Amino acid sequence: MIRIVATTELSRRKTTFMRILAVTAALAAAAVIMLCMKLNPLKIYGQIIAGSLGSAYRFRETVNKAIPLTVLSLGIGIAFRMKFWNIGAEGQFFMGAFGASLAAFAFPGIPRPVLLFLMILSSFVFGAFWSLIPAGLKIKFNASETLVTLMLNYVAQLWIGYLQYGPWRDPAANGFPKIAHFTQNAILPKVFGIHIGWIFTLILAFIFYIIFKRTKFGYEIDVLGESEATAHYAGINVPNVLLVTVMLSGGLCGFAGMMQASAIENSLSEQLSGGLGFTAVITTWLAQLNPLLMVLVSFLFSMLIQGGNFLQSAMQIPSSMSQILEGIIIFFVLGSEFFIRYRFVFVKKPKRSPDLPEAAK
Amino acid sequence: MNYAIQLGLFLQTAVQMGTHILLATSGGIMCEKAGNTNLGIEGMMLIGASVGYWAGYTFCDPVIAVLAAGLAGAAGALIYAVITVTFRGNQVVTGLVLTIFGTGIAGFLGKTISSHFLPATIQNAFAARAIPVLSRIPVLGSAFFTQSVYVYISVLIAVVLYLYLKYTRWGLNLRAVGENPAAADASGINVTLYKYVHILLGGFLAGAGGAYLSLVFVPRWQENITAGAGWIAVAFVIFSTWNPLQAIAASYAFGALKGLAFKCQNLVIFNHKLAISTHLLDMIPYLATIIVLVCITMRKKKENQSPEALGNPYFREER
Amino acid sequence: MPGLSFRSFHKTAGTGRDVRQQPFIPTQHKVPVMETFIELKNISKRFGTVQANEAVSLNIKKGEILALLGENGSGKSTLVNILAGIYSPDSGSIFINGKETFFTSPEDAIKNGIGMVHQHFKLVNVMSALENITLGEKNSFLINKKNITKKITSLENTYGFSIDPDKKIYTMSVSEKQTVEIIKMLYHGAKLLILDEPTAVLTPQETNRLFDVLRRMRQQGCSVVIITHKLNEVMDISDRVSVLRKGKFAGTVLTSETSAPQLAELMVGGDVSLEVIRAQAERSPEPLLTVSRLCVKNENNLPVLDDVSFSLYGGEILGVAGIVGSGQKELCEAIAGLTRADSGSILFDKDELMGMSPLNIKKKGLRMSFIPEDRLGMGLVAGMDITDNVMLKTYDESEGPFVDRSDGKKRAELIVKNYDIATPGVNHIVKKLSGGNIQKVLLGREIEMHPRVLVTAYPFRGLDVGASNTIYAMLNEQKCKGVAVLLIGEDLDVLRALSDRLMVINNGKVMGIVDPRTESKDRIGIMMMGGNT
Repeated sequence: MIRIVATTELSRRKTTFMRILAVTAALAAAAVIMLCMKLNPLKIYGQIIAGSLGSAYRFRETVNKAIPLTVLSLGIGIAFRMKFWNIGAEGQFFMGAFGASLAAFAFPGIPRPVLLFLMILSSFVFGAFWSLIPAGLKIKFNASETLVTLMLNYVAQLWIGYLQYGPWRDPAANGFPKIAHFTQNAILPKVFGIHIGWIFTLILAFIFYIIFKRTKFGYEIDVLGESEATAHYAGINVPNVLLVTVMLSGGLCGFAGMMQASAIENSLSEQLSGGLGFTAVITTWLAQLNPLLMVLVSFLFSMLIQGGNFLQSAMQIPSSMSQILEGIIIFFVLGSEFFIRYRFVFVKKPKRSPDLPEAAK
Repeated sequence: MNYAIQLGLFLQTAVQMGTHILLATSGGIMCEKAGNTNLGIEGMMLIGASVGYWAGYTFCDPVIAVLAAGLAGAAGALIYAVITVTFRGNQVVTGLVLTIFGTGIAGFLGKTISSHFLPATIQNAFAARAIPVLSRIPVLGSAFFTQSVYVYISVLIAVVLYLYLKYTRWGLNLRAVGENPAAADASGINVTLYKYVHILLGGFLAGAGGAYLSLVFVPRWQENITAGAGWIAVAFVIFSTWNPLQAIAASYAFGALKGLAFKCQNLVIFNHKLAISTHLLDMIPYLATIIVLVCITMRKKKENQSPEALGNPYFREER
Repeated sequence: MPGLSFRSFHKTAGTGRDVRQQPFIPTQHKVPVMETFIELKNISKRFGTVQANEAVSLNIKKGEILALLGENGSGKSTLVNILAGIYSPDSGSIFINGKETFFTSPEDAIKNGIGMVHQHFKLVNVMSALENITLGEKNSFLINKKNITKKITSLENTYGFSIDPDKKIYTMSVSEKQTVEIIKMLYHGAKLLILDEPTAVLTPQETNRLFDVLRRMRQQGCSVVIITHKLNEVMDISDRVSVLRKGKFAGTVLTSETSAPQLAELMVGGDVSLEVIRAQAERSPEPLLTVSRLCVKNENNLPVLDDVSFSLYGGEILGVAGIVGSGQKELCEAIAGLTRADSGSILFDKDELMGMSPLNIKKKGLRMSFIPEDRLGMGLVAGMDITDNVMLKTYDESEGPFVDRSDGKKRAELIVKNYDIATPGVNHIVKKLSGGNIQKVLLGREIEMHPRVLVTAYPFRGLDVGASNTIYAMLNEQKCKGVAVLLIGEDLDVLRALSDRLMVINNGKVMGIVDPRTESKDRIGIMMMGGNT
């Protein structure tokens, strides 16, 4: 008989090994499925790698996707650390993009660095505002932040849609519903061919790593995440920590939106996120809330997404294949969590003694 | 056209535009009553819609088509169940991944199935059928009694679910599993079994809800055919306070809202063209859910709250 | 250990005759022959690295009340959980009426007539008593309220309790919930009822009512296994006592032929002092803490603390006795600044504490320590290691935005050494420590901050004799250093032994402050229940 028992914690090395094993198993399982569909898995995997890293252009595309994904993860991660389940990264992303667009359209003439700075600030403020709403509802009414942030995602996206089809609709677009392009000085400059966001991303990842590991603020977040009662008891200013953390979370996600709008889309649209806000929840979880790992995991995910796009043009395989692969990989990793935290114990049923008088049944 | 007839037709459309939401919400309620938040409803609906459509034109049999859709949704739910119940995985993340996965499957299948049309047998099977006598009632007759059999069954399912939860022993056991699995376990209830069965049933319903769109409502395959309906269902599970009867009302209210949105696009009041943006109207279900959520947590009436153990995996030997 | 002296224990009476080898002679009631109902043979169970039960064998007779005694960590909870089907033994067998039986789930146990009432009730809050009682029954598809109510009523008449079947659990008192649990077990046909520390949450009056019910059950031929710490209750209610020690079986005795000291010896396996010593110290001339007319209302605007006034001097231990829920928690939290009192004043020396949060108190430099009842949920961060926990009150003393973990580490190592905390290291996560060590970390941290006032709530709860002795010593040491100690406890004997003065509260009011040396225990008990002196 098999019983399941909680295990003592595995070492870091073993945990990482299990995760890698899970990913490998996933790739193998996916390969089997592909074979059943008469597709060549090795070719597909190869094309994904080639499609994401194979040329300078494709590499840049991968990094372009990794940037918002990483920053979103950072934002989600800081909230998760406090056990504030912010699933609203999508919405904060959109509102940040909206804030940035407001600045871009309001001050199209001012010098580039000033405008960009304003756009960043604005995106931060709007993103933070969007995350403060669920925080406020939680503090005042103890409403579940998971659900409120989820709902606000769609409200934000619909808000952008409203602008796109309504008051901000570009009359010069020949009836096609889109918002006007930003002026040149609202677009982030490039460094080594990729927009400057990559530098911001790396710096932010490093800063947050230090914050969590070494600072008082990081300590307070950890205590508060564990138990509000303990934080209060310890004399931690709970409302302060909560609000700052939540604002940072929303602000970062908003900033990701700004970068996407400014550097990639050069405009605002309801398709801006491509579901990245949800993917970021997964990368955050995969990275175990570690900012440095978030960079790595996001990059790998971006490879998958970019590779999937490439697959479509190179092999006529729908890009949804990358979503399927994503799904399979994460399913396996989620499952592997179990083997990290628990183990099976085999219990031998003691043999029935045959000469026990009433044993027969 | 007199107003009664207009109203009747409007309500009829409202019901039709809310049926897939009703099915998915019922599925979501079942899953959450067992203690699991399933954010993968959108994924399961898409899987159901695509597989159902494929089965529709391949087998030309309406029953097989719906069954296939439901089973496909249940298969997605099975993955979720194995990960969250047996492997005690994180429910939120698993649900989100299921949605991504389901979107991928539907997109992948979509390329193949979009070139096909549904045979007449299917279209006829799901056409609106008037219930004798009842369908003659003014307004309500066309609204509620002249509908596709799909609609009738979806209402039946919601009603049966309500009765099941309130009056049957299995329903009581399920509620216990969602509120306090340790108590259910100590009472001899097989917590794992109840979770699995109800999560899978929930997935079946979600898949059937998706298939409604591709087989009955549209009825053709479109990319992104659900257009976020799965998320509305997630919201409505809460909005209806986990009560299937309230889910019926909410779903049809949603349908009415959608219908209103169409009408409002060309509204003329006092010779002014008033175009209320569909986007703004679409926000209403989400905002309403937030308000309801705040209200129920505020009122603290325990019976209206989410199942107490929602979101927590259960583990008997935890030490 | 400074401040504590052991009284040597003379082995006198109490032969501790092992009932397994000798014929049983019933002395307490009329059932003539006691057959064995359940027998456990060589039960072993391991959790990770902890061997919770090791080859435990004991039996339970029909129609008896068996007390299961043991310190924390002795394995009693594990053993009964195995009987109740929640855990599965790694090896060993269970015989019911002579037949070997295997349980793999609580369902199996219920089928075999074994029902357990846990310390943390397994009831569904949102449901009614009736729904909870019938939960798990497999007889019908629809729920037939009439039939169920009939059955419940007949049980009530047989055993002598009463409940409102439609009342929801979350509106019930602790005693009512316990009653529902018991009825539930009987309803499902339990012939053996296991109770895990049932009186920990009851008033003396409710305890008596419970014991009456148990006696009636015994009369009806049911068996009861009661796990308890309280030796006086064991002597009061049980027929036999089985003792576990460190996972092993230590012996079974007839209650009528044993005594509290002998049982204590069986429990710890050696000389043990049952007496706690009150240290002698000089009381400060002025009070360090003065509480005047303190009033606290709960969320329904009902008073939980009503016009409470007292003074606390340095160099004394002021014990606070009262039934759980009399306002002790609110008193502590008001003093510590965790909740806001509605009116009154709390003076620390000359400073007014009213309206100050823990943060303010800390900032003002008022050296007051509060050791809460909820150790892992409030006093410590369960998921962090010892070092991070030790830093909880001092982490922001370092310069700049960074924490100084090396300083924290030094402090942690000091505490571990001084208070003899059993841990693999200061980087060990606290929730993995045993109960006694967790309390030592908490108390150690607070003491190392050199408080002048120490408020501690239920510090001995859940601790075994050894750990308890350490805590008594720590509190006495603080008293001797001139600290003012406010000690809230539930064990009246310990309170009477340790305290210099004893304040009794009931229903939020101070019934009186007495001298525990002279006041009789009965009088104190009456005051606890609200009676007049």
